[in-house]
Amino acid sequence: MDLAVIIQVLDSSIRLSTPLLLACLAGLFSERAGIFDIGLEGKMLISAFASAAFAFTTGNVWIGLMAGIGASLALSAIHGLASITFRGNQLISGVALNFLASGLTVLIAQNWFKQGGRTPTIPEEQRFQDITLPFADALRDVPVFGPIYSDLISGHSALAYIAFLMVPLTWWVLFRTRFGLRLRAVGEAPDAVDTAGVSVIGLRFAAVGTCGVLCGIAGAYLATSLQAGFVKEMTAGRGYIALAALIFAKWRPWYALMACLLFGFLQAVALRFQNIRLGDFVIPVQLMEALPYILTVVILAGFVGKAIPPRAGGEPYVKER
Amino acid sequence: MTETAAIELKGISKAFGPVQANKDISIKVMPGTIHGIIGENGAGKSTLMSILYGFYKADRGEIWINGKKTEIPDSQAAIAAGIGMVFQHFKLVQNFSVLENVILGAEDGALLRPSLNKARGVLKHLAEEYELQVDPEALIEDLSVGHQQRVEILKALYREADILILDEPTGVLTPAEADHLFRILNGLREEGKTIILITHKLREIMEITDTVSVMRRGEMTATVKTAETNPEQLAELMVGRKVLLQVDKVPAKPAEPVLEVSNLRHIDEDGVERLKGIDLTVRAGEIVGIAGVSGNGQSELMHVLGGYGHATGSIKMNGQELDLTGKHSDGRSRRDRGIGHVPEDRHHEGLILNFSAWENSVFGYHHGPETGSGMLMDIKAMKQEAQAKMDRFDVRPPHPWLAAKNFSGGNQQKIVLAREIERNPDLLLIGQPTRGVDIGAIEFIHQQIVQLRDAGKAILLVSVELDEIMSLSDRIAVMFDGQIMGERLPSETDQTELGLLMAGVTNPKELAHG
Repeated sequence: MDLAVIIQVLDSSIRLSTPLLLACLAGLFSERAGIFDIGLEGKMLISAFASAAFAFTTGNVWIGLMAGIGASLALSAIHGLASITFRGNQLISGVALNFLASGLTVLIAQNWFKQGGRTPTIPEEQRFQDITLPFADALRDVPVFGPIYSDLISGHSALAYIAFLMVPLTWWVLFRTRFGLRLRAVGEAPDAVDTAGVSVIGLRFAAVGTCGVLCGIAGAYLATSLQAGFVKEMTAGRGYIALAALIFAKWRPWYALMACLLFGFLQAVALRFQNIRLGDFVIPVQLMEALPYILTVVILAGFVGKAIPPRAGGEPYVKER
Repeated sequence: MTETAAIELKGISKAFGPVQANKDISIKVMPGTIHGIIGENGAGKSTLMSILYGFYKADRGEIWINGKKTEIPDSQAAIAAGIGMVFQHFKLVQNFSVLENVILGAEDGALLRPSLNKARGVLKHLAEEYELQVDPEALIEDLSVGHQQRVEILKALYREADILILDEPTGVLTPAEADHLFRILNGLREEGKTIILITHKLREIMEITDTVSVMRRGEMTATVKTAETNPEQLAELMVGRKVLLQVDKVPAKPAEPVLEVSNLRHIDEDGVERLKGIDLTVRAGEIVGIAGVSGNGQSELMHVLGGYGHATGSIKMNGQELDLTGKHSDGRSRRDRGIGHVPEDRHHEGLILNFSAWENSVFGYHHGPETGSGMLMDIKAMKQEAQAKMDRFDVRPPHPWLAAKNFSGGNQQKIVLAREIERNPDLLLIGQPTRGVDIGAIEFIHQQIVQLRDAGKAILLVSVELDEIMSLSDRIAVMFDGQIMGERLPSETDQTELGLLMAGVTNPKELAHG
């Protein structure tokens, strides 16, 4: 296998990791604050639709991105209302939102564009363009480093760079700022936050809102950068894989990056090597496609060790003493 | 000229649905004093303090702080008014450092580093001034309960509280830790801080407070100077009738051994050895009390004896070896051998809270012929039986159909006690018999235990309340780190010696003599 193939696979890993990473960090904000969010999938999906629809209609991909974030935030608001304000079950609320997004996107898309529940293909120039980093062309001929810089690091869309910059930013917010301290505290011991005179509800809504914004970017990336428009169920379980990555990462930003790169890599491998021949036996393509999911299960079951979720996760806060 | 009260409550009332938790309460707490508030569980002490700390809003009444009428709609307002609260169940983030817990909610800016540095300095200063030493970088989950409590006090002081409310602060402390806490409180009083101490322990009130207010059924029944009262009078004010504080019992007449434990060892699920070779004998007609700070193997000992935990070594009951690992090592077999068990954790092991009192009063004995034959239960007979037990043990309200969770702590304990004692066991294991139980019910429960002893039964008592161990036991064994540190007769020991044994000092008497 030569360097070019390896770089191709790694490049595709980065592209496939980006939505996972955004969703995973989204889940991290929410779950660190004690709100479990199984609805990452739904939020990404509705954002994918909204961003594609608006990017196509207005011809401006940034308006599409804003629409995606807005749609995702709307679902976040419902989740917050159900699980924070009304102290409902967070899993049920999340699952309901996934169903809602799944049905709503196709319904609106069909009514709006009449193309069988999808949006029309967005022309190249109305999508997020790949950005060529400075000197990418000049350095291309430098051995080893050149191709890595020019083909692997350079040439992704703005959203992908945002996703990867979100990792150190998330770490910094979480561990170096007052907001981060309070956010982590409210996921561990909301009663301590409450008695310290800080609003538990306010903090949790802030966390759920942050989650909504990040899921919105993830969805927009899917529909306006990775692909050229919305198709039915285009998130294909990425929200759940992001959740798995979050557990694998033990709710920590740098680990989340590693986990998402790994899952992205597995998906890239499955795409690139579809029919592997082992002697007389050909590994069927279905197995390769299932591989990331199978490995997700195996990794989660066997290699995570003891992942301790935020202690107050999943439980609505009821004032008592 | 009269001094202005640090806190004055005027006509505070608060109802939860039909329950009037606080009725027209007025109280004045003078600055620079320790003011005790004493009352039974459910008397409304905690509700009152929650109102003061902004957790609940009073239906009626006014709060005056330092002579100014103050609204306290939330904890933020209470903190701003200079009130700090140390809750019975600490409000700490377990996987945060001491510093992070202290600054939480009182940060100086959006970035943490300056706040952390400032807090580090303040904590050092407070530690020197008030004996409040804690490692500022330590994680809460690695600290002992006593140290965690110091963090709570530090939190309040860091927020510059002048008024400190402590809710049952000694419930979880060893005697030595409690002494240390009282030294801290004395230091704070000398600095002019005002302290409200909520407790149900009369001894603490007498030891440290200047003034004491007594609450009963939501009302403030009296406020007196501590120097002008005595425990008997306070107990009477709390309960509303005369209460026997001392357990009334004749000397024990120990007969043949009923329970003989030798070299008992138990390793828990995490592979930690919890019992490290226990030797213990309990004779017919005596109460053996096990003293110790909770978590030193008492619970595991009770579990193994009661049949929920495998062990090695030997347990003999009436001279016969018990099965410690095989299929007869369960609660039912133990009950068949004449061991009654009142578990330490009433809510999880003693009762099923959502089930009715009559159902609860047959659990563990539901195989017997009296509950019916074959597959069917004779519900009518069981209800009658439960009713009779509840009458004999004065369970209030005496309704067998009421769910266990709707009874008060004392009455729940009476339901469990009735179930176990009425089976006439040869040995009764009883853990924390009066935890969360009102003083009136404590008296009754103690009488029942002594009566059982006088009927020639063996009783093994585990309690973290040293007073209870001292007054009830005929012989005291002290446990520390899975071992029996020594046995003492109550008449020949005192709290200090037991306290040292509980802390793992092998020979306190010699230590005292140098």
